[in-house]
Formats: sequence, structure tokens, C-alpha cells
Amino acid sequence: MPAMSALALEFPPVSHVTEWPSIFGGEGPLAVNKVVILMWISVALVFGFFFVAARRGKLVPTGIQNFAESIWDFVRDGVVMQTMGPEGLKFMPLLVMMFCFIVVTNIWEVIPVAQMPVNGRIALPAFMAVLVWVIFNVMGFARQGFGYLKSVLFPPGVPKALYILVTPIEFVSTFIVRPLSLSVRLFANMLAGHLLLVSFITITAALFTVGPGLVIWPFSFALLVGLTAFEVLVAVLQAFIFTILTAVYIAGAMHPEH
Amino acid sequence: MELLNVLAQQEPGELAEGLTAVGRGIVYGAAAIGPGIGIGIVVGNAITAMARQPEAAGMVRTTMFLGIAFTEALALFGFVLSFIVAG
Repeated sequence: MPAMSALALEFPPVSHVTEWPSIFGGEGPLAVNKVVILMWISVALVFGFFFVAARRGKLVPTGIQNFAESIWDFVRDGVVMQTMGPEGLKFMPLLVMMFCFIVVTNIWEVIPVAQMPVNGRIALPAFMAVLVWVIFNVMGFARQGFGYLKSVLFPPGVPKALYILVTPIEFVSTFIVRPLSLSVRLFANMLAGHLLLVSFITITAALFTVGPGLVIWPFSFALLVGLTAFEVLVAVLQAFIFTILTAVYIAGAMHPEH
Repeated sequence: MELLNVLAQQEPGELAEGLTAVGRGIVYGAAAIGPGIGIGIVVGNAITAMARQPEAAGMVRTTMFLGIAFTEALALFGFVLSFIVAG
């Protein structure tokens, strides 16, 4: 896509702000670029955080252990108890890790120097969506056997003739649209936020020249700061939504609909 | 198309490029209409529920985010599709 220009401002094409050159000179899908490096740092951060927090477990938590336990409590009370109930507590490690990892990978969007959400490329959201897809299907078959397929494809309480219509819709929505929308939701939100910030940074930088533009420059800059705060909110909210949808999908697979 | 190019005094490729940009805008704009209304309904009803029964606010908020997430997915499909539209 060529560079777009509006009001004499040159906006970079999308590929310029999402595609990064390979760092170690590798080629193809295994090349290591900025996004991969940020992902590795995120893994190390999340692992290190919980490792340090749990190393000296105390009955009355202080400092970093306190923070880790408040995240754990938030996921337990806000996600698991609201959607799965007490029997979902065994999924706590998965959900807490997922929440923390997505928050950290998203928050790179507003960290200076990094300025790129890892989830702004579809690879990581797609992988996590496939993981969720495998987990909820395995849980469904483990809990209900082949009755799982029956309860998904032939929901009870529907007139017999309508199954011609309902079964294909249920199949597509459960096995195809669920992972697709799960990954695209996270990816598109982060990409949109990234492009929004890039646009306003471009505008703010272009207006910061002596001339008529300098008059409206403060407004543009204030909006940029406000949008940065908004993107922090979006980063945490998307992690919360991804986690809660994972919990809902697993809970739905474990219990037949009735 | 030939005549249009002559009339607009354009290079052959420019018209297609411009129309692609217009198409991208229409794809995203049209995809945002329905979810916009839908999210409004979801959040509006959630606020009504919270105001009527503040003690249930936690449960309502969780369900509200779920509803927003499902509704919003359609708009995001449009957002992604607007990049996929061949240019």
C-alpha cells in the first residue's frame, strides 16, 4: 500500500509500522525481529515475576508476593467464579498466566523505544486461540464423551425440522468462528490502537514546525497523551476479555446445554 | 474506464488505486454500523441493570464485557477485511 497523504502530512503505509527487519539475518518464518524479541522479554518478565513472588511464600504476603496474589484474586473473583464456579479453580494457573502474558505483550504498545504491541501481529493471538480451541474441545470430550458433539451440534429444545438450519450454524460458530474471533479480536484491537497512536504521533510531529500548525499543536499533543492512556486501558481490557472468553468456552464445553 | 481516465486526466492505475481506498473505507464503515448500535444497546441495558440493582453490578459488568466482546468482533472483522481488500 503506498503512503497516504492528507493535509500535506505523509502517513506511513501500514507495512512500515508493523513489519520489522530481521535482526540476526535469518529469513522466512523463523526470522527473529523486534516483535519476537519483545515476546521473549515478556515471557521472561512474567516467569520472573511469579518465580520471585512465589520463591519465599509467606502466610502474610508483602511486596511483590502481595501484588502477585492480588492478580490471582482478581482472576479468581472476576473471571473464574463469575463464569465457571468453584470447579473451574483448577484452570487458575492457565488463566492467570494467560492474563498476565497478554497484558505484558500488549503494554509494549505504549512503552517508549518498544512502541509495538506483540499482539499487533496475528501470530501470537492465533497461537493462543488455537491453544484455547484445543483445551475446550479436549475438556468437552473428556467430560461428556461423544455426547459433547451431540450437545453442541444438536442443542436440546429445538424442533426436529430446525436441526437442518441449526446444526450447520452451531458447527461453524463453535468450531470455526470461536477461535477466529478470539484471535482477530485481540489482534485487531492492538493493531488499531497502534495505528491510532502512529497517526497522532505523525500529526503531532508534523504540526510541530513554526507556522500556522503550531497553534493547534497543543490540542493534538493533548489528544495523543489521552489516547496513550486509553491504550493502556485497552491493553488490560483485551487481556481480561481474552481470559474471560477462555473461561466461558471451557465452562460451556464441560457442561451440556440445557 | 478508458473514457473515465481521459476525463479525469489520470494515469490508468490511479483510478483503481483510488477506488480501492474508497472500497476500504466502505468495508470498515459498513461493518461498524451494526456493532455500534449493538454495543450501545448492550452497555445501555447494563447501566440500567446496575442502577436498578447495584449489588449485582459485578456480575452485570462481567456479562457486559462478554456481550461487548461478541458484538465488537463483527466490527473488527471489518477492520481486518479492509486491509485484506486487494490493493
